[in-house]
Amino acid sequence: MTAALRNPKIWIFGICLLPLLRLIVLGGSGGLGANPIEFITHSTGTWILVGLMVTLSVTPLRRLTGRAELIRYRRMLGLFTFFYACLHFITYVWLDQFFDPAAIAKDIIKRPFITVGFSAFVLLVPLAATSTHAMMRRLGRHWQSLHRLIYLVAILGVIHYGWLVKKDLTQPLIYGAVLALLLAMRMTWGVMLLQLARSRFVPARS
Amino acid sequence: MLIRQPDGILPSDITPPEIYRERRRFMQGMGALAAGAVLGVAPEAQAGAKLAGVHASAYNLDEEKTPFKDVTTYNNFYEFGTGKADPAENAGSLKTRPWTVAVEGEVGNPRIYDIETLLKLAPLEERVYRLRCVEGWSMVIPWVGFPLREIIRRAAPTGNARYVEFVTLNDPRQMPGQRSRVLDWPYVEGLRMDEAMHPLTLLTVGLYGEVLPNQNGAPIRLVVPWKYGFKSAKSIVKIRFVEKQPLTAWMAAAPDEYGFYSNVNPQVDHPRWSQAKERRIGEFFKRDTLMFNGYGPQVAQMYRGMDLKKYF
Repeated sequence: MTAALRNPKIWIFGICLLPLLRLIVLGGSGGLGANPIEFITHSTGTWILVGLMVTLSVTPLRRLTGRAELIRYRRMLGLFTFFYACLHFITYVWLDQFFDPAAIAKDIIKRPFITVGFSAFVLLVPLAATSTHAMMRRLGRHWQSLHRLIYLVAILGVIHYGWLVKKDLTQPLIYGAVLALLLAMRMTWGVMLLQLARSRFVPARS
Repeated sequence: MLIRQPDGILPSDITPPEIYRERRRFMQGMGALAAGAVLGVAPEAQAGAKLAGVHASAYNLDEEKTPFKDVTTYNNFYEFGTGKADPAENAGSLKTRPWTVAVEGEVGNPRIYDIETLLKLAPLEERVYRLRCVEGWSMVIPWVGFPLREIIRRAAPTGNARYVEFVTLNDPRQMPGQRSRVLDWPYVEGLRMDEAMHPLTLLTVGLYGEVLPNQNGAPIRLVVPWKYGFKSAKSIVKIRFVEKQPLTAWMAAAPDEYGFYSNVNPQVDHPRWSQAKERRIGEFFKRDTLMFNGYGPQVAQMYRGMDLKKYF
């Protein structure tokens, strides 16, 4: 038991469940405000973006701190992001549109922000499906190329948010800035690695 | 020294209950007055105070009213922040007394009204109207006010007055949302003269029989029920009669998304989302949005022959 509590995975799992727990508690106590469906949609949307940013910061953090074991928590963070994306999508399909296929199809085609959000969700599905060790082994080198789709998903996610707000772009811009930083760090390292390879140095840490 | 003990309390010494109750009420009244003085507002002007002399009107709806709590905690009032809960949290800094409304421009009788005068200008009536927000949600609210035409009539507009412009207070100290440049302050809205004169157009000072809460546009706002909510300017300080169509705050911010007319119309979508349906606050299923928000029989003739896709 105490050994289990010392495992950070347990703690991360618990923390990742807090946003859902909050919605359940607020829902049970009538705390979701005048427009509960909007509240749930916005809340799950927020946590998807946060999840994407946290998942994408694992690699930079690992490189900055030199702590290779951080990579062990990345899959769980990614899967929780997918979990909240599913909740977000279900909220839209079920609570918002009430399974009206015509209205949903029209929305996806006609509303750019929904087109973009829906695309991001669809792109997340193969990433979640190939997250197991078995799939990693089977895909080999291709696994990493496939999972680079997460960069596109995050960009689409921020565009989705920016496109739906009526006027105040502050929040989408904050997510955009964080994402730009996380992606820029990767580019810098990429360039550095390339230069190192060219000068036949072997990088000390991978 | 001889002190004579009274041998009993005379009936005339006892304060009759109606008198001491009266005294208590007086003391309570003094307390409320003192609190009002601290806050700079007379008690009868504070949100929550019952409005006196409100008449029932023929403008009622056979639809359930949105609960007071939802009407007063789920608001779009960017002067106090862009979140729906922001106005209820931040509008306490708005001082609604003293307050004046300038009626000016192309009129024979320009005048600066004190709010107390305005409150007594015409009989107050309760009107239950639908409110449809451009974002796709709606409410049913019992407003208290009088038709805007009462002021227009007294102002005696000249032949040049073709539009009416409404200007909201511009004071970042009282309206913290104005420290952000999210819109070009002050908030400006406008109506065509016939829309402003329409009997449905209500100058509003209360809701649910009470003084308008600050977050709902105190002390005086417009309610134009067949248009999207943002057309109904809040916390008005100026009513200006003009010859040219005013440039409204939302038209200046996003001209391709918000037009001057902004009539509720399920057939003309917002460029980014559909307007065919709406979520009535408190209801689970979306309902169909009605043409002119259900006020077509009264207002459609004003737009006869106009292409409503072009004049959105």
